[in-house]
Amino acid sequence: MDTEHDVIELVAKQAKVEPTTLTRDTKLTDLNLQSIDVVELVFAIEEKFDIEVPYGAGEQNTTGISFGSVGDIVDAVDKLIAERRAA
Amino acid sequence: MNRVVITGLGIISPLGNSAAEMETALHAGRVAIAPLTSVPTETLAVKIGAEVKDFDAASQFDDKKLPLLDRCAQFALAAARQAVTQSGLDLRALGARAAVIIGSGVGGITTLDECFHRLYGEGAKRTHPFTVPKLMISAAMSHISMENGITGPSFTVASACASANHAIGVAYQMVKSGAVTAAVTGGTEAPLTYGTLKGWEALRVMSAEMCRPFSKNRSGMVLGEGAGIFVIENRDHAVARGAPILAEIAGFGMSSDASDIVMPNAGGAAAAMRACLEDAGLKPDEVDYINAHGTGTPANDPTETKAIRAAFGPYADKLAVSSTKSMHGHALGAAGAIELAATVIAMNGGFIPPTANFTEPDPACDLDVVPNSARDKAFDVALSNSFAFGGHNAVLAVRRA
Repeated sequence: MDTEHDVIELVAKQAKVEPTTLTRDTKLTDLNLQSIDVVELVFAIEEKFDIEVPYGAGEQNTTGISFGSVGDIVDAVDKLIAERRAA
Repeated sequence: MNRVVITGLGIISPLGNSAAEMETALHAGRVAIAPLTSVPTETLAVKIGAEVKDFDAASQFDDKKLPLLDRCAQFALAAARQAVTQSGLDLRALGARAAVIIGSGVGGITTLDECFHRLYGEGAKRTHPFTVPKLMISAAMSHISMENGITGPSFTVASACASANHAIGVAYQMVKSGAVTAAVTGGTEAPLTYGTLKGWEALRVMSAEMCRPFSKNRSGMVLGEGAGIFVIENRDHAVARGAPILAEIAGFGMSSDASDIVMPNAGGAAAAMRACLEDAGLKPDEVDYINAHGTGTPANDPTETKAIRAAFGPYADKLAVSSTKSMHGHALGAAGAIELAATVIAMNGGFIPPTANFTEPDPACDLDVVPNSARDKAFDVALSNSFAFGGHNAVLAVRRA
């Protein structure tokens, strides 16, 4: 599975932009996504990859999960998929 | 215009099922947030909440009534009985001169959750005939009307987490204007169902560890449950019959952000506090204490701090501001009622209730938040803030009687 391709598709859909305009370096803040949009994106990612993303009011601080850029999301998803398979 | 007083206070809450129990808990700074026991938590990320304990519905309601009562109606009716008994008011005699106005966010969600689980999960072919009269958001209010013979205005107010403050505020306005002589008012909520918890979890605003309002390491809100119900009354009427006067409702202010369905707005919150002060005829420096909305989310607490500073100016530094949600959790549509009860109980007990679980000051929440320990201090005037999803702000002012 090409995580990067799928994450870009989901981010593009949420931000209502063309996937081709996104790269690993695209920051979510540059896509004008509000916090509720990011929460919806997290839900879409969990559904797509069948993972639990520990993203919450206080959890960003402790789990090392960052949703700063597209690349951050791809790395987080790969890590969470690997953890699920190992479990 | 009439002055409006509270002559009865009933409480079913995680901090106790009577005013006396709640006073002890508030003064001790007791935290009722703990692992949930009433729902299976294996597949929940958030496994904590503030539950009502030692509430024996079967001993309070007979076999004919109990099957008609969702958990939220049980709380409301039990709290209403306490309030009506304390007030000594003959509501039946007042008839159409009495109102009942109750706030609730979701109503009989326990009933709905069980019904849907049976139908969709277990493949049941039918549901119980009491499903609808139990789940309707107005059911708790209806039972209070029926039990007390209240034949005046009766309705339920829903504005998410501001429901109770809106209900109490409207009831106050009706007594103030003379539309009714007395009202039974407050809020009730019993949202600790598996489906509701999953919904809140998905919003990513819940703490999995503890509710820490105004603390830098705050990690989100924690759900609670319960009911706070008051008898409020025309002051002259209450004085004439020698009723106990617990406090005066001095003012009520409302505003709407008209901006975002979930994010708070300092301008809207400040506008509601200013409107409340104006309605009460209070200057900012006459207020001693604010029972904050204080949810413990990253967004609410600094926004509320800004709003308090905007409404109170430099005097904000002299105010005591605490979030009792740190102890009893966030009871959503009942929150304002439970918090008004906490405020009135503390006012009459001569102490300011603390913000519990406070471990780390946050420069963005730099008010006197009364960390961790109640402060023994008499006070005369307090505000109680409620700010809801959807941008609905409702603030009550109470004055010592």
